Formats: sequence, C-alpha cells, structure tokens
Amino acid sequence: MPLKGNLADFSITQILNLINLAKKTGILHVYEPIVTDETIRDGTGQERKKVMPGEERATVAFRDGKLILATMGNQDGHLANVLQKAGKLNIQQARVIRERGKKYSDKALALMLINANYATQQDVVRSIKQYTLDIVYDLANWEQEPFVLDENAAPSPARITVPIDLQNVIMEIGRRKDGDEPGIELPNLDMALKFPEDPGEKFRRVHLSVEEWRVVSFINPNNSIRQIAKACNMTETEIRRVVYSLLNAGLVELMKPPTSKQPARAAAGGKSRSAAQPPITVKRSVVERLIAKIKET
Amino acid sequence: MPMQTVKMVITGPFSAGKTEFIRSISEIDVVTTDEGISAVSAEYGTKEATTVAMDFGRITVDDDLVLYLFGTPGQRRFDFMWEILAEGMLGFVVMVDSAKPETFREAKSILETFRAYAPTPYVVAANKQDHPDAWAPEDLRIALRIEESVKLLPCIATDKESVKNVLLELLYSILEEMDT
Repeated sequence: MPLKGNLADFSITQILNLINLAKKTGILHVYEPIVTDETIRDGTGQERKKVMPGEERATVAFRDGKLILATMGNQDGHLANVLQKAGKLNIQQARVIRERGKKYSDKALALMLINANYATQQDVVRSIKQYTLDIVYDLANWEQEPFVLDENAAPSPARITVPIDLQNVIMEIGRRKDGDEPGIELPNLDMALKFPEDPGEKFRRVHLSVEEWRVVSFINPNNSIRQIAKACNMTETEIRRVVYSLLNAGLVELMKPPTSKQPARAAAGGKSRSAAQPPITVKRSVVERLIAKIKET
Repeated sequence: MPMQTVKMVITGPFSAGKTEFIRSISEIDVVTTDEGISAVSAEYGTKEATTVAMDFGRITVDDDLVLYLFGTPGQRRFDFMWEILAEGMLGFVVMVDSAKPETFREAKSILETFRAYAPTPYVVAANKQDHPDAWAPEDLRIALRIEESVKLLPCIATDKESVKNVLLELLYSILEEMDT
C-alpha cells in the first residue's frame, strides 16, 4: 500500500516525521498539482476541488529512516552540477565534465575528480548533502502538491547517497517557518510535554539551538507549554514554533494538561501517569456479558 | 429486574464509515437520520447521504442488558450533538478512513474532543483497509500521533467479524481499565 496524499493535508514535515519514526525506505515522489472541476469533501464535510498529480516535480529518497538523496524536476542532479553549485567547480569545468563524463556513473566520476585533485571526498559528500538539503527545504514551502511514497524503492546504484538524520532536517524546517503559518499546528498551549520512551537515543545526534535547549530543559509532565514559554521568556509564536519542531522530530510528545502552577525542570525519563480516570460505572460482570454476546453474534 | 442499558459511541470524520460499522453489528435496522449530499461523485468511497443527528443500533444481551451503539454525525455543523451523545458512554470508537489523508486532521481533532468529554476507554479503527490507497495502521498511528498504549485496529466496517473485533478490543480495554 503506497502512502498517497496531498501536502495540503499532510505536510513535508509530517511525512519526514513518519519516515523518521517508522524508519522507512523508499522514494517520495511529489507532483505538480492539477486542480480539477471535481469536488471532494474533507473530514468536516466541507467541499473542495480535487487535485490530481501532474508532472513529477521532485523526488526524495530515504533509507532506514534517513534522507539520502533528492532531485528537483528541472535539475538533473548530475555530480558536475552539484559540485558547481557548491563552488567546487567553475562553469567551464562543470560543462566539460558533463560532456565528457556522460558514460560514467556519479560514483566513477567522483573517483576521477578526487584522483585528479579537482575535489576531495569530503567536498563531494558535503556538496551532495547540501544539494539534497536545499531541495528538501525548498519542498517544505510547497502546500498543495500530491505525493506518493513508493516504499522500498531505491535510487540508482550509480548515484552517490549521503545519509542525513531527519530529526535535524525537521528541526531546521521548523526554524525556517513562521509560527503563524497555517501549517504550524499545536492543539493547546495548556497541554504539557513529555519525552518519548528512549529520549537518549533520539537526542544523541540532534543539533538544537540554545533557545530549543532551554525549552527542552523545562519539559516535564507538570509544566504546560504556556508555563514553559513564560519560564523561557518566549512569545506564543516562538514557543509554538519550537514545540512544533520538537514534536515533528519525535523528540517530545504531547500529554494531558498538568495541574501544578509552577514550572519545574525536566524530569529524568519523562514518564508520567496521566490524570486519574473516573471509575467506570458498570460492573465487571456486565462487560463480561457484553463480550460473550458479541463473540457469539 | 430493571433493564440495564449500556452505551458506546462510534465517532469519526465525515464518511469514515460509522453508519456502516453500526449496520454490520446491530440486530435492528440502524435508525439513521440522514440528509442527501448534493455533489455526489461516482468515485469509490463517496456517499450519497450523511448522518445529521445520529445513527442508532442495538445489541440485546439478554432480558436485562442491552448495548446501544450511537454513531455521531460527521459534519461539523452537527457537532452540537456530540456532547449529548457522549454523556454516560462506556467507551468510544474513533473511525478513520485509512484511504483519505484529507480527513486525518479532523479525526485527530474529534479524538481529542471526545477524550475531553469523558476520559473513558477508546480504540481507533483504521477503516477501509481493503481500499488500495489505505494507509497501514502503523503509519496512521504516527500520522495521528496516537500513543502506543491506545489500540489502533485494522477495520473493514462492512465486515461483521472486523467490527466484532473492534468492539471486543474496546471491551477488553474497559476491563483492563477496571483492573487498574
């Protein structure tokens, strides 16, 4: 079952979060939106124009939950172009390499360029990484393109891939977004935050800003997001942006509102028991009878 | 002995399959309060009528115990009914159309709303799993940010066995809640 949808309903950040948490492998295809006369209804029953996929505009490849390569429709992603964009080759050099290197794979070409001292291995890796990231950051501004995630597909083995942690990509997209954009959703500033089950593993490779670390230091089931904002001297927009990014990077989880008034520092482990549930008013025997009846129905 | 009635609520976005779910298990013809939808397409999964007040189904256990299933209206303009239907419920099922990502945001919103009405046990049913575009339940869990502790069950609302499984899992969750 391929994952299909539209960026209007499921943003690039949400897709990256899904791929990161589910450690997916595959290629995301993003298409030009063709608005049709046909109407569909969203979850509230509101009508809107149906959008069909047109020409492919971008592809993004993932392996085991990491970003490895991206291409934009109007750019061929040839290694010479990537290195030229990174300033490692001039226009003339890039043109000659493109013409003479047509029969070589990117990997073979990279080896020749390294051997000829045109670029170092580090130059190649850094240039491809930046080229890939630039495309994904560009994609993050798209808002109504249809997409399909072709699971388990892989880019051509001739291409050079560079594994990039998605948590950092998601955090950077969040930093680049304005907190008032419609894509930024946060249910309620009175909600609290907690760490996921394995926070150490998740935080190990992530690069956070000072502002983000300050928010993280106040994450505790007893602190509402509003209290954290106050403690960190942040506006509603600022805290919204940071929490949105942390949530999408899978670094924190939302939980029910706390009862305490004073913000406390982060608790080790972050595990908590949500507010006590009221007692269920029926007897256990009633539930057991319901189970027996449904089983025999 | 007076008759005891127990209520469960089946909720979810527009066209998630709530009426079908109740119809598959109810021993009576489901009492629906539908109105026609003007723009109807022949595409798979669209519907010609929508629930405006509620659906009502019944399962009689014996002479003194009856389970009522109430389906909520999917469209927001009828959401004044939700709180009324949620009152006194033993648990609830949130239906999600697995093949329509355009409804996921609303599904999450409805889930949070019902959790706020009453913190009773609930399960999420990933409906239309037989649709070629259906998202897998494990992907839906991430997309809807559903905690690991909450049951997210594959479902085909037109299949009675599938519906039974969802209701049984909800009842098991209620039993577990009683044990804690």
